[in-house]
Amino acid sequence: MEMVATSRPANWFLAFYRSALGKKTVMALTGIVLFGFVFMHMAGNLKIFMGAEAFNHYAEFLRAAGEPILPHGVGLWMFRLVLLTCVALHITAATQLTLQNRRARPIAYKCLDPVQLGYAERTMRWSGYLMGIYIIYHLLHFTVGTAHRDFIAVNPYHNVISAFQFWPVAAVYIVANLLLGMHLYHGLWSLFQTLGCNHPRYNPWRRVFAVTFSIVVTAGFLSVPIAVLSGLVS
Amino acid sequence: MRLHLQIWRQENSSAPGRLVKYTLDDVSGDSSFLEMLDLLNEQLVGKGEVPVVFEHDCREGICGACGVMINGQAHGPSARTATCQLHMRTFKDGDTIQIEPWRSVAFPVIRDLMVDRTSMDRIVQAGGFISVRTGSAPEANLTPVPKGDSDEAFDAAACIGCGACVAQCPNGAAQLFTSAKVGHLNILPQGQPERYQRAAGMVARMEAEGFGSCSNYRECEAVCPKGISVDWIARMNRDFLLARLKGL
Ligand code: HEM
Ligand code: FES
Repeated sequence: MEMVATSRPANWFLAFYRSALGKKTVMALTGIVLFGFVFMHMAGNLKIFMGAEAFNHYAEFLRAAGEPILPHGVGLWMFRLVLLTCVALHITAATQLTLQNRRARPIAYKCLDPVQLGYAERTMRWSGYLMGIYIIYHLLHFTVGTAHRDFIAVNPYHNVISAFQFWPVAAVYIVANLLLGMHLYHGLWSLFQTLGCNHPRYNPWRRVFAVTFSIVVTAGFLSVPIAVLSGLVS
Repeated sequence: MRLHLQIWRQENSSAPGRLVKYTLDDVSGDSSFLEMLDLLNEQLVGKGEVPVVFEHDCREGICGACGVMINGQAHGPSARTATCQLHMRTFKDGDTIQIEPWRSVAFPVIRDLMVDRTSMDRIVQAGGFISVRTGSAPEANLTPVPKGDSDEAFDAAACIGCGACVAQCPNGAAQLFTSAKVGHLNILPQGQPERYQRAAGMVARMEAEGFGSCSNYRECEAVCPKGISVDWIARMNRDFLLARLKGL
């Protein structure tokens, strides 16, 4: 058989990443990490319904994560570093694959009529990049505080409530999380295909998993701005 | 019935092409799509014009030669149907039908609707076979194959290599074709010795040909005249990942 080199290349990861399937694998793996994060983040946010003390205590718990092995705040920073690396890899691979796909069809069809392609699938790139912009805004808003009109570093509960009482801010969060839901609807199914998880016995569950978790994550996130807007939490 | 056709005409691979309009009368609903094009070509030749070049061979859905884009869908609107088996009764009197060649950087247009698909042959040459000494046929019961596996291998082997999966994919990916060619051997005992080299080699060739990457849109499965499942893509991805983990 005429085959690829059988010796392990000097940098295994770079050689793997050079392949489009390698890039797609990186997208799937980083997608899983990011999904795990957004799920925990969503669950943590629901603490807002337990009042200011519970919510602020939870935020302080995150800063103290890893203590006493790690100094205060370092655990959180390591966690952030991993997440930012994942976001960077995910976006880089998405961009490279998109450019490759453009090159694969230099002359466009006069007419291409997709047979069954859904809205979430068509908009993966839009939802992805818009979320990328949203993530930057979100960090400046609630983490750094520079995009917040009334930021109190030690009082996240106050920061959330005062932000969402201004409806345009709540609207941005609602739209961004609907985009996240659409992204997850396709992404959480797609990653099984990408990683080769395919078996007749559990194939139908892949869609159930994707639908359930995209709805749970989106509904959980949306509940906070909606609760503040409607005066349920203040 | 009377049809308004808009057909892509292109002199050769480097010439610019354009859609040309034709009106065709007295098309029978019982004729096939290719017979409709034959009728057009007879009239063009009668008028001293250059006939439309399109590829075809078996005209019974088994050779894979005949695919074109019909109103933006590979092989037209009928599911599990190759262009040659598409009946004209699928269309109505007065319909406009737009016909374009497959579009992919790896399928250069040769002329009009005919494209060069040798890129797919090169993918098969990169591992779509088993290395055994041929000669007299081996004893039939020498290698037992589980019934389920042989059925599934046959499903994948039904791929006729028409290229509709590439043509319909918004990314221009050849994943369904390649995975069917990898999969029908990788599921059989005869394919095991070269299983991982096959996956690594054919994926590498596929990517080198310039095809796009798979976003799991499943448009390929929807237009495949043989109904090949995207399950094969997941299986190929798994074998590719295992090949890489093994350092292949
Ligand atoms: C919370 C953040 C995010 C999560 C949880 C997430 C999750 C996922 C998952 C699970 C996939 C499926 C991977 C696969 O098919 O194997 C995916 C695909 C994708 N993601 Fe994200 N993602 C996030 C942010 C982003 C961002 C910021 C972008 C910006 C470019 C992006 C762009 C894409 C694209 C374009 C795809 C489809 C790639 C393809 O199929 O070719 N994602 N995402
Ligand atoms: S001409 Fe052979 S498949 Fe259509």
